[in-house]
Amino acid sequence: MSRVKHIDRSIYRRRKTVNFLVLFASFLTTLFGLFWLAWLLITLFSHGFQYLDLAVFIKPTPPPGEAGGLANAIVGSLLITFVGVLVGAPVGILAGTFLAEFAARSRIAPVIRFVNDVLLSAPSIILGVFIYEIVVVSMGHFSGWAGALALALIALPIIVRTTEDMLKLVPNTVREAACALGAPRWKVTVSIVYRAAKAGIFTGILLAIARISGETAPLLFTALNNQFWSRSLNEPVANLPVVIFQFAMSPYEDWQHLAWAGALLITVSVLVLNILVRIFFRTVR
Amino acid sequence: MNKQQNKEHAPGKGHGNRGNMLDVLFTSAARICALLVLLIIIAIMASLFMGAWPALRKFGLSFLTSAEWNPVTEQFGALVAIYGTIVTSIIAMVIGVPVSFGIAIFITELCPAWLKRPVSTAIELLAAIPSIIYGMWGLFVFAPFFGDYIEPWISDHLGELPFIGPFFSGPPLGIGVLTAGIILGIMVIPFMAAVFRDLFEVVPPVLKESAYGIGATTWEVIRNIVLPYTKTGVVGGIMLGLGRALGETMAVTFVIGNADRLETSLLMPGNTISSSLANQFTEAVGEIYTSSLIALGLILFLITFIVLSFAKFFLLRLTLKEGAKT
Repeated sequence: MSRVKHIDRSIYRRRKTVNFLVLFASFLTTLFGLFWLAWLLITLFSHGFQYLDLAVFIKPTPPPGEAGGLANAIVGSLLITFVGVLVGAPVGILAGTFLAEFAARSRIAPVIRFVNDVLLSAPSIILGVFIYEIVVVSMGHFSGWAGALALALIALPIIVRTTEDMLKLVPNTVREAACALGAPRWKVTVSIVYRAAKAGIFTGILLAIARISGETAPLLFTALNNQFWSRSLNEPVANLPVVIFQFAMSPYEDWQHLAWAGALLITVSVLVLNILVRIFFRTVR
Repeated sequence: MNKQQNKEHAPGKGHGNRGNMLDVLFTSAARICALLVLLIIIAIMASLFMGAWPALRKFGLSFLTSAEWNPVTEQFGALVAIYGTIVTSIIAMVIGVPVSFGIAIFITELCPAWLKRPVSTAIELLAAIPSIIYGMWGLFVFAPFFGDYIEPWISDHLGELPFIGPFFSGPPLGIGVLTAGIILGIMVIPFMAAVFRDLFEVVPPVLKESAYGIGATTWEVIRNIVLPYTKTGVVGGIMLGLGRALGETMAVTFVIGNADRLETSLLMPGNTISSSLANQFTEAVGEIYTSSLIALGLILFLITFIVLSFAKFFLLRLTLKEGAKT
């Protein structure tokens, strides 16, 4: 009898110890993960802040050894991101609408969903190569348009996915009520379903902006870079990510300092966008 | 046009012509946009294949097995880049999978309610930081630290060992394949942790509660309830992370050293497919050079396509199961 008790207790002790060790390990891994976040942000702020001044915002990128800023790169980035979203969002919203509203018995819809997910996680540098092949080669030169198109390709699958998810959250009874009043399908979709899912669709677009505003790889051989102000999107356009890449890899200290300032700018804007997404998403639910 | 109108009108639907036409217009616009997504993937495949064709025709299958990458003599082989891509991804997975697993367990099972949201948010924000920032931080902060403090220790202690020694010997340069792999690992941690967390949260509370009810410890619940339930999803999540690690460009390009030689040691510089593209594509002169780089891109695209298809397959099986049970 006492022996049984003894065995029991040792099993309990072992199970408890294993449990404790595993949970402690999981606690440590969380600290490990957050440790990198902290290290990254601390270096980013401590390096970035000291080089962030007014000149960064009003002067164009300098030649090595001279003072300057990132103004042309900031404007260029805003411009190609804007055009990229402007191209990607309508197509993405319509495609997402098709998947959510009109594809109930469609056999192509699962294929499109699958392909969209592949596109969502496809290496962004491949999209850059693709745009290079079809746009840059046929135009004969690098251009802001090509960069914006590459970004649109990255934004597209994100917007398709979120639009579909958000439209599916709209209860069917709402659609049926509108249909019963005699509204045609397009009207049901545009004035009823879209209105109900407005915040959700907007969240998707914000998410896409957050994602593409830090993308570097697809811009390397599409928008390229430009040391000066670009007159139009038809020529190479300076943009923050590529400028950061080139300046950080350069041996010149001034350039590296500007790269830190730019890196801080990008990170802060991406983080702010993500926090906005969270706030909007909370209003959706 | 006329025909269409007649056809729509004939059954005598009550909306009138204009409504019907707009309906057709709107649905076809939506359909065309959806088909565009499909078309883009096909176009990507086709254009990569066409761009890669000159190189593939010249080198044939030896493109995959040759370790020579010489722009001067125009001899190109993908082995170094493929090897670098796979090795950095393996290192990233070795670091990333257990850590993100632990984080997901912490968030779903262990964390007090008030801490759940901040930790979750912090991990998600870490996933949102652009990869170029990781790369820059890796180059200026992590690589010097790693080269000064960690790599000498690695090469002193692990470099002498049999079998694994050759992988860990060499000068402590800071930049190299191992550094790139570690940074990649740090990058995929938040991403996979978020996927795992979402998976663990779909486990029905009833199942977990009944296990707790018969006296199981938290770890036993995780091992015997949560893991079996989410098994396929976890594999899918790992595949998603792997797909990301394979294709990641900027974080790797900064710290891998861009060397086109095949080295055994992980401490030496190397190259991945994406970093070769990022470093050399705009500088490439001559048809064969550009074409070889595009061929690298094609290989990367095919690899990630396969990995992502697996990911999708496994994750889909979980959602199907979920649907069947509820």
